[in-house]
Amino acid sequence: MPKPFDKLTATAAPIMRSNIDTDVIIRIERLVGNSIRGTLGKWAFGSLRYLPDGSENPDFILNREPYREAEILVTGPNFGCGSSREGAVWSLQERGIRAVIGSGFGDIFFANCFQNGILPVIVDKAVVDQLAADIEATQGAGKVSIDLEAQTIVSPSGARHSFEMDPRRRDGLLKGLDEVALTLQRDDEIHAFQASDRTARPWIHSTRISA
Amino acid sequence: MPGRSLLEKIWDQHVIARLSEDTDLLHIDRHLLHDLGGSRGLLDLKSRGLKVHNPELTFATPDHALSTAPGRAGTSKIGQELLAALRVETAASGITLFDVDQPGQGIVHVIGPELGLSLPGATIVCGDSHTCTHGGLGALAFGIGSSELTHVLATQALIQRRPKTLRARFEGKLPLGVTAKDMILALIGQIGAAGGTGYAVEYAGSAIRALPIEGRLTICNLSIELGAKMGMVAPDEKTFEFLRGRPYAPQGEMWDRAVKAWRELPSDPDAVFDREVVIDVEKIIPQVTWGISPEHVVGVDGVIPDPKAIDDPARRAAVETALEYMGLQGGAPIAGTPVDWVFIGSCTNSRLSDLRAAAEVARGRKVAAGVRAWVVPGSENVKREAVAEGLDKIFIDAGFEWREPGCSMCLAANGEVVAPGQRSVSTSNRNFVGRQGPRARTHLASPASAAASAIAGAIADVRMMGR
Ligand code: SF4
Repeated sequence: MPKPFDKLTATAAPIMRSNIDTDVIIRIERLVGNSIRGTLGKWAFGSLRYLPDGSENPDFILNREPYREAEILVTGPNFGCGSSREGAVWSLQERGIRAVIGSGFGDIFFANCFQNGILPVIVDKAVVDQLAADIEATQGAGKVSIDLEAQTIVSPSGARHSFEMDPRRRDGLLKGLDEVALTLQRDDEIHAFQASDRTARPWIHSTRISA
Repeated sequence: MPGRSLLEKIWDQHVIARLSEDTDLLHIDRHLLHDLGGSRGLLDLKSRGLKVHNPELTFATPDHALSTAPGRAGTSKIGQELLAALRVETAASGITLFDVDQPGQGIVHVIGPELGLSLPGATIVCGDSHTCTHGGLGALAFGIGSSELTHVLATQALIQRRPKTLRARFEGKLPLGVTAKDMILALIGQIGAAGGTGYAVEYAGSAIRALPIEGRLTICNLSIELGAKMGMVAPDEKTFEFLRGRPYAPQGEMWDRAVKAWRELPSDPDAVFDREVVIDVEKIIPQVTWGISPEHVVGVDGVIPDPKAIDDPARRAAVETALEYMGLQGGAPIAGTPVDWVFIGSCTNSRLSDLRAAAEVARGRKVAAGVRAWVVPGSENVKREAVAEGLDKIFIDAGFEWREPGCSMCLAANGEVVAPGQRSVSTSNRNFVGRQGPRARTHLASPASAAASAIAGAIADVRMMGR
């Protein structure tokens, strides 16, 4: 069950490079196995966070104070593009990230965020750039506030920006709804659909071959 | 009322319930599981006290974590555990598993079409972003995350927002030496790696109609590299010929009924798309990537972008980062860049026609000294057909290594990696930082271009190889 999300005021770290893909967020070898949950936080952004010898890369923003404590990422275009690995979201979550703000995200990453109670916010690139500039002007000390109910972001400069959000998804996040349980309440409708579809498209449903 | 698009027709047919103005509960016709996420999903379901809703619509195969060495020697301990868990959990749920060494095993996106599991008008999902591949048959196919995977196992349905539609029309006659891979890389270069975000892409136009099905699968495979999680081609006579007689395709009277329904699927002539792009394929030359995103692509006769010539600071910084990672000089020609590795495989380019195209270049030639070149067939069936044609011999004689089917070096999840700092020409779909191994440098290209580069020992223009 995802954790509900309503309001957050926290340190935000701008990671403005475009096309940060999910392979960069979490490397595949960290995801091979059936009991990986809880092990991923330290591997988030591994290739950016660590030098080849395994030590921390002091240039990477999440290795610097106060960004180390960031719960919000302000991201460049197309953040989370690439693979469907939900491990990318899990690793951010385990690293303490609760919201990402950008001008656009990979479609599957975006959907995976909602499944885990992470708020992805899409705003115009100009707003993202302004937020990043405001944060940097305070050297990260200025916090960013997000209010999901009101659909607003407040920048460290005090500037207020509103954002759009699918009402169904907003509701799911506010309440921390479990989609599987919700859909199972419609199981009669699923069965009714399948019964009529079996007549309309029998080739979809009879998949047992005799061979 | 305007006509409906292929996407809209398939979508509407699968709506179980309308949840909001733009979000529906969709029926899922086919769910494919693989070794990285399959057992995890089934265990997750079990821990919630739930059962697989429709095991007969769910199919599994190991591909990601399996070694592709002869005899599968070298499958890691964790790879073996994942395979064992997949066997136990699929058997317990009554899910068909295409196991190692059996016909049917292979990369999920190769076996779906090959077995006739993937059908026009079907909704197909898999916990893998390249599920868009199956759209090449006129299916609505897309990748899902782990939570959605559990959702489909539990309900055989998925909550989805209706995407916008983009039609990419490829017009004209494809020049010699230019392939489906080059067409789609050229489109990504033109509209960018986020050009398709939020859209379902329909590929259309005379050059798409002229493509065999395997080429259409390659095109649709790279939809996600455009940012689009769905890509599709309207089914036609070629699609039906491709599917006829495949093990899971309908037979007899049911086949006739299915084809009749499939003929209704193509977009109506007056269908409206949210965006349209036209590509003149006669201008396309073999493509090769130079950077760390598939949008970092040039014609093989082109030059690597020079950051000094770029005014926009953000773009200049992005190019500098990419060139530094790739160890390349801006302004230099891309052809002639020496390579260490060549990888022919992956769900993009590991089907029989891909191997034939590469073998055609390799026949009677030798892989350059110092280059390691692998051919990894996409499935057990592809492997057997290739061997029956003698393709394995052509590759081995030329100095390539002939491997067992799987994902292998596309993702390096099975320990098969390009060493740090080494340069690879790969027929896969992602040149991301570290994709083929930490600090590995990947150049994406077609199978013919990859084979030519293996022979030349450097990125090469296959059109200069005189065949
Ligand atoms: S071949 Fe590569 S892209 Fe395709 S399914 Fe396997 S890992 Fe994913």
